Order: sequence, then structure tokens, then C-alpha cells
Amino acid sequence: MWDYTEKVKDHFFNPRNVGEIKKPDGIGEVGSLACGDALKLTFKLDKNGKIADAKFKTFGCASAIATSSVLTEIIKGMTIEEAAKVTNKDIADYLGGLPEQKMHCSVMGREALEAAIENYRTGGKKKHLLKGKVVCTCFGVTEDEIETVIRENNLTTVEQVTNYCKAGGGCGGCKGEIEKIIQKIQGDKSKEIAPPKLRHAEKLTNIQKIQLIQQTINEEIRPALRAHGGNIELIDVEGNKVIVAFRGMCAQCKLTEFTMKDVVEAKLREFVAKELFVEEDIESANQPHNHRE
Amino acid sequence: MKTIYFDNNATTKLAEEVFAEMQPYFCQLYGNPSSMHTFGGQVGNKIHQARQQVAKLLSCDSSEIIFTSGGTESDNAAIKGTLAAVPNKHKIITTRVEHPAVLTVCREMENYGYTVVELPVDKKGRLDMEQLESEIDDNTALITIMYANNETGAIFPIGKIAELAAEKGVIFHTDAVQAVGKIELDLRESNIDLLSLSGHKLHGPKGIGVLYVKKGTRISPFISGGHQELNRRAGTENVPGIIGLGKACEMAAENIKQENEKVKKLRDKLETALLKKCPDTMLNGNRENRLPNTTNISFEYIEGEAILLMLDKFGICASSGSACTSGSLEPSHVLRAMGVPFTAAHGSIRFSLSRYNTEEEVDYTIEKMPPIVKKLRELSPFVTK
Repeated sequence: MWDYTEKVKDHFFNPRNVGEIKKPDGIGEVGSLACGDALKLTFKLDKNGKIADAKFKTFGCASAIATSSVLTEIIKGMTIEEAAKVTNKDIADYLGGLPEQKMHCSVMGREALEAAIENYRTGGKKKHLLKGKVVCTCFGVTEDEIETVIRENNLTTVEQVTNYCKAGGGCGGCKGEIEKIIQKIQGDKSKEIAPPKLRHAEKLTNIQKIQLIQQTINEEIRPALRAHGGNIELIDVEGNKVIVAFRGMCAQCKLTEFTMKDVVEAKLREFVAKELFVEEDIESANQPHNHRE
Repeated sequence: MKTIYFDNNATTKLAEEVFAEMQPYFCQLYGNPSSMHTFGGQVGNKIHQARQQVAKLLSCDSSEIIFTSGGTESDNAAIKGTLAAVPNKHKIITTRVEHPAVLTVCREMENYGYTVVELPVDKKGRLDMEQLESEIDDNTALITIMYANNETGAIFPIGKIAELAAEKGVIFHTDAVQAVGKIELDLRESNIDLLSLSGHKLHGPKGIGVLYVKKGTRISPFISGGHQELNRRAGTENVPGIIGLGKACEMAAENIKQENEKVKKLRDKLETALLKKCPDTMLNGNRENRLPNTTNISFEYIEGEAILLMLDKFGICASSGSACTSGSLEPSHVLRAMGVPFTAAHGSIRFSLSRYNTEEEVDYTIEKMPPIVKKLRELSPFVTK
């Protein structure tokens, strides 16, 4: 059971400002049914340019509903400029804190606000568009969004990023990329905390090499394939030739841009030895794969 | 506030009778059953009795019962113990809807060079028997398929599957944690080689379980360091746990029929009323071939954790397959495997009943649920009215 503060419970059981403003000055819609939470925020300005009224509708868990409710309370009476400065941390603090794994709810609140302000500034014409490259395809999280949560909340681990914006919480295939973004922003700070990674050694015996190949497949390759309904099997290693078989593939994964073979080869070269190359087992290669179309 | 407990697939109330049976074995009869003195020896006799009580419920021989620390240990032992005993075969067949105690272990075995086939299920959570048959080959070491699903209550045709496995000479294990005590079993007449059960799912204590090992089944010892449980599971016995489980099995064996009837009646009343009174709802899983105590209903446009917290305010305990309650960000793997849309999976609620539930509790829940659903839908951006 989640450890919610009294304030979270209060705003969940007695949400304020539920509904939709007719003819609003700004609308922000974020999230989706598939993601498990979604928020529609509407606000209206008074003649002095201050937010006179704000309403919300939310699909999601207790903390999603509570953060939406306090968001409307926070921004009422603010100017657009003031509202634009509200961070997810402000929202979480107002609630007396949220469980770490629920911080993404506060981020959703801030994103809805951002979207609503953008909608207002563009005269209600422009819909909120995803900015920047999508890093996490499972939850549709962009590089910009990840950078924002890292900066605003001073995050240093992938797990924290997942808690704050869901990125990396699905198949986990983007965890490496998230790590790079953390490193870019936090520099040395993240290095101290980053978990030890597989490193390739200078000289490997054949047995060590095969074990490292198996370990790399187990830890770095299989989890991402699995999440997309696929799998990989190590068939044999002959010198620098690594023979693998692919099983059951999905149609929609991010990896379609490359052939699977290239992805595996890149990982093995990164973690085991630069000279390795990958070949697909004949039996497996004859099966239909979506990836090769 | 009174607690209305509809989460019996998670754990059950320890029966008062079971507790009474266990009590002397903490402070008074605390001897070690392996000891040579009478004080310890009498405990050994009681364990022998408990083993027979379990065997009676399963209709098997008491020498086929190995006590473990619970369902998860039994599953681990069955899978790893079998693979170790059949080193020349490297394929495991299971399903996508197994409990993590089976699925995670199987996937772990992939890291040791095993091939794992996870059979899909259809919309109603049913397996394709032909597909199962076509997957069995000379390399198959083990088939492990649950007896009944914990989330939907769907019962698999375990008798037929066990027969098929026996024909092909493959060891068959079933995780029967949700089935034992709710479905009558006759292991003497079946081809099941290995079966896991858990004490606390049938009004017994937590921390005790059983792995049934059919005579003649090869399985490697899984905890070494002592002679207990025929050298297969070392360690001083969990005496009160074993005695409690024995009593719980005895009670289940005596009352299984009438209890099932009573529980099923209550479940059906709850299910029918909720589906009727709350619009935009659907039943997950198959109405037929289902545990008598389980129902899994999806409430569209709203999220499971929010529903559970609202129910909690009235003392009603249930569970959900939503992402927010799973501790991960993905909704239930069982519902997703059945092709239940994300939207419905996020709003799924499982009610699982037991012999201790009453009609008043069901009526109370039927009264409280529709306003909760209505209130949350008023908040939902996906309801346009």
C-alpha cells in the first residue's frame, strides 16, 4: 500500500475544481489511457491577465488525481508568467511529498500546465506537440522531458528518471540512452553513483569470452527483445563468429530501424570484444521476421 | 469499521481451528521432531499426521508430500530440481499467464541456455491444446502450467495436459496454489508429476507449502544440509506451520463441496449485480471453467488504484491489475496476454471470496461500488457527457 500524506488523501477523496471550463483561454491535455494516466487542464484569465479559474479532469491513480487537484489551486490567481515557473517539485511539495514511484504524477501536472500555457500563447490553435526526439517509445517520453525532470529534481539515476517521468519503465530498452542524458547533465555527479558496468577485458580466454557473450545477451540484449515479444538464443561461438537465433518478433519495436543482427553485434562489440561478428542461425533465419521487411 | 475481505487469492484468514491446533507447538511442544527423546518424538508423530492430512486432500500417498516454505519455493524447486535431474534436455514449456514464481524462474533459466516456450492464451484466457502438443519435442525437459489463474480464476485442463505430457515422456509440474482447496484433486488417478501448493491460500498459515512429487519422478534435492523431507529439503521443520497446514487441508477436504456452492453463489451475486449496476464494465476471463470464488471485472475509463482506495474507505479489500498497484508501470501481464485492452486492464478489479464471506458483505459492496465508479468517472477526461 502506498504511503500517501493526509494532504494527498484529502485531495483524492475531495478533489477541488473538477470539470472543464467552457470557452477556456488555455487547454492542456497530456497522457493517455494506454499510459495509465491522463490529465485535461483548462483555465480562464481575468481582465488583469491573472488565472481566474482552473479546472481539471483526470484518469489515474489517487496521486494523479490529487496532484491535478492541487495544481488548479496553485495556479489560481497567478499570471501566465508566474504559472509558467511552477515546477513538478512545487506541486509535490504542496502535497507534503509523494512516494518516489509516484513522482511522475507531479510531472504530468507540470506538463499539462505547460501545454495549457502554450495553447494560450498560440491563441488556442496549436495543440501540444512532443518536442525533441522520443527516447522512451513505451511511454512516449522525449529527450526534452527527460532533461527537464533531471534538471528540476536533480536526478542522478535511471531509476529516479523512471519514477519521475516513466521513461525506461516499460521494456527498458532506452535505459542506456537515459544514462547518457544523465551523464551529459550531471557530469561527474552521476559517475559516482552509476552502477558498475560490464567492461571488456584485454585478454579473454575462450571460456571467459563465451561467458561474457552469454552474460551480455542475458543482461543487455534479451530484456529489450522480450519486452517486444521477441527473444534471442546463443547457439554457438566459433572464433569471433557468434551464432544466434531469434525467436518470435514484434512488429512495432524501435529496433525496426536496424536489423536485429546489427543491434546484437553492436552490443557484443561494446561489451565483449571489437572483433566479434554475428551470424544468424540458418534455421532461425528462414523463419519470417517482421524486421527484415 | 468492519473489514470486508474480498482478497482471498492474495491470502486468507487463518482458520480459528487451525490456530488452535498450532498453538501448543510454540511454547509447550517445541521439541525437534528429529530428536531421539519422547519430547521431540511426539512432534514427529504430529508431523506424520499432518502429512497424511495433506495427502488425503490431494488423494495421494503421504510419502509424496514434501513440506516447503510456500508456493514460491515449491515452484522454484520443481523447475530447477527437474532441470537438474534431466541434464540432457533444454526446453521448458509454460504459459504467458503464470504467476511470477514460475514465469520469472523459467525466464531465468534462459540465461543458462534453456529455451522457454510461453504459450499464449485466447481472449477468455484459454490455452490452445494443439499448439501445446506441437511444441513438445525430444528436447523438452519440463512442462509447467498453472492449475488455475490467480487473477481471473480460469482453470486449465490440467488432467488432459498431464496425460499429454506423460504420453510424450515429459515431466509435468502444475502450480496449484489457487486450486487446492477449491477444486477436488485425485493425484493417484492423474499424470501430474509435480504440484505446488501454499498454506496461506487455504486458511492455513503463511510460510508453509508443499511440493507433491509423484513416486518415481526424478528431482534433484533443492536445499541441502540435512536429512529432512527424504533428503530433498533440508532444514528443521516448520512444525507449527506443518501442523496448521495439515489441519487446514483436513478442513478443506471435509467442506470443499458445500463451501464451493456457497462461495460460488455469493460470487455470482456480486458479479451479476456489479456488471448490471455499473455501465461500461466487462468480465475478464471465462465464465465457465473458473474458480468458484474469483471474479475479475474491468471498469472502463477509470483506474484501479483509485477504485481500491475508495473501496478501502468502506473497509472493502480487493485488488487490481492496474499498473499503479503492481509496483511497475505496466498493467497485469495476465490481462495483457488475454488481449484485454490497456484501458480495461488499468481499470480491472479482482474480488476473490472465501468461506468466511457473508451475503451482507456482498450486498454492502453492491451498494457501495456504483457510486464509487460514478464519482471517478466524473473526474475522468475520457467520459464525455
